[in-house]
Amino acid sequence: MAPPPPGTAVQMNQAAIRTLTPYGFLVPALLVTALVILYPVAQTVLFSLQDYLLYAPDDARFVGFRNFSMALKDEVFWISLKHSAVWVGGIVFAQLSLGLVTALLLNQSFWWRGIARALVIIPWALPSVIIGLMWTWIFDFNTGVLNDLLIRIGLISQPYAWLASPQSALACVMLALVWQGFPFFAVMILAGLQTVPKELYEAAEIDGASEFRQFIHVTAPAIAGIVATAVLLRIIWVANSLDVILVMTGGGPGYTTHTLPLYAFLRAYSGMEFGYAATLALMLTILLLAIVWLYVRQQAKDLDA
Amino acid sequence: MSLRRSALRSAVQVEIPVLLILVFALAPFAWMLLTSVKPTADLSLFPVRYMPSRITFEHYQLLIERTSFSINLLNSLVIACGAVLLGLATSVPAAYAFSRFRFPGRRQILTSFLVINMFPIVLLIIPLFVLMRKLGLIDTFLGVIIGHSTFSIPFSIWMLVSYFNAIPRELDEAATIDGASRLQTIRLVIIPLIMPGLVTTAIYVFITSWNEYLFAMMLSGQTVRPVTVALQLFIGEFTVQWGLLTAGGALIALPVSILFLLVQRRLVAGLTAGAVKA
Repeated sequence: MAPPPPGTAVQMNQAAIRTLTPYGFLVPALLVTALVILYPVAQTVLFSLQDYLLYAPDDARFVGFRNFSMALKDEVFWISLKHSAVWVGGIVFAQLSLGLVTALLLNQSFWWRGIARALVIIPWALPSVIIGLMWTWIFDFNTGVLNDLLIRIGLISQPYAWLASPQSALACVMLALVWQGFPFFAVMILAGLQTVPKELYEAAEIDGASEFRQFIHVTAPAIAGIVATAVLLRIIWVANSLDVILVMTGGGPGYTTHTLPLYAFLRAYSGMEFGYAATLALMLTILLLAIVWLYVRQQAKDLDA
Repeated sequence: MSLRRSALRSAVQVEIPVLLILVFALAPFAWMLLTSVKPTADLSLFPVRYMPSRITFEHYQLLIERTSFSINLLNSLVIACGAVLLGLATSVPAAYAFSRFRFPGRRQILTSFLVINMFPIVLLIIPLFVLMRKLGLIDTFLGVIIGHSTFSIPFSIWMLVSYFNAIPRELDEAATIDGASRLQTIRLVIIPLIMPGLVTTAIYVFITSWNEYLFAMMLSGQTVRPVTVALQLFIGEFTVQWGLLTAGGALIALPVSILFLLVQRRLVAGLTAGAVKA
């Protein structure tokens, strides 16, 4: 078929089609995303400016920033925020430390390394409801295995109510989350370790560098980028996660295991105060934006590669 | 002599620590499995009876025969398959476009897919519930599946873009020269090549959807309730029946653990590829 002469309507159409083709491929994904993300986010912003109650949606009035000033005066908001800081800091630090040790060990060669690498990831694949259930059973006051073990080795003489005591509840839930997430760090860091050329270690050894100095001068710089990425990802993920707490303690006893997303969820789910809950969720998002921005900037670097 | 010494050194410095970490990683899971096959009488003993007095599957039987659990398992299967279908059907074309075209807004749109993956679930879940209620999709498979596309679409796009990028463009060009149209090229050349990546992405989305709890809890009712939500309700209902609860936990966790082990090598490679580059 002969090409149409230049400047005709047919050719203009073809040019238009060529420009529009990529967007055509994007339409289904963009439509669904608009429905489940853009619209809800816009709606959340609207809710946060209203006194929206789920059981009386028609009575919702525009209240400006009253929800926000209410949150700043809300004692539970500050308690939850404090717990969120402890929660994120403690969990990410513990996951990183344990994950780093695990990765360094799994990078050594021993004959069952392949099996060890595969099995260590299992906690990461499990549903949070199961994780909550497993650990609730371990921490159980009456017949829990933790109390039994600690009594057997003589660390405690009486069973202790781990999840029902204000002093220990948050730490116990945090332990469950550390358990779930440390394999993620191990896997990421291990991938980074595998990119370090062996020659670097050989050269360092010839120069007489100790193992510790090899770690500081060869390993650490090589995995710094991947550790930073993993830490940013985990901070966001841990800060948002609430289902394990929900299953293990429901936020109690009292407010001792309330974190910000859990508090927002409880106000929406139990209190049906969608306006106030939306405000709390929005405040959490704003607090996290800086970290999201750092992460996205790092990831976007090789978008055009 | 020195060989034996280095073997000993490896055992003390590497293998024993690895073993301890593995015990920590697997013990809670193993304890759940062990609990699920103990007779009820063993479970109320303190000090704890570690080895079962006899192995029994009575909790599993009770769970399947007396509760809605088998229906919940089926619901989870439908939802997870639906999430995979909806996720891939929308993400494959989008990822292809991000990989093969350069167009205005590409970078911004791709970045936004990364950002929305980080939004707190609580931020989305409240308005999504109101929206689904308006659309009459509460307690329908479609409602939960659409809810799960909040994570399945952004995740799949990011995974698939890197798989598409790994296929040399010369192949597309060669196919075009041979007279294949764009759709033929995609169907006959590209899709077969990214099949392994497609399967990995599908399995990951399946696992995530199967495991998901908060969206499922908000958007499902009795009709389409998946296993995670059902089990959480059992926890409230049967507080002391640990045999039943752990049997349920095992039935939910075993399929995904096995799936995960099957694809873990490729999955880990896919997940870390981007991060290693950066």
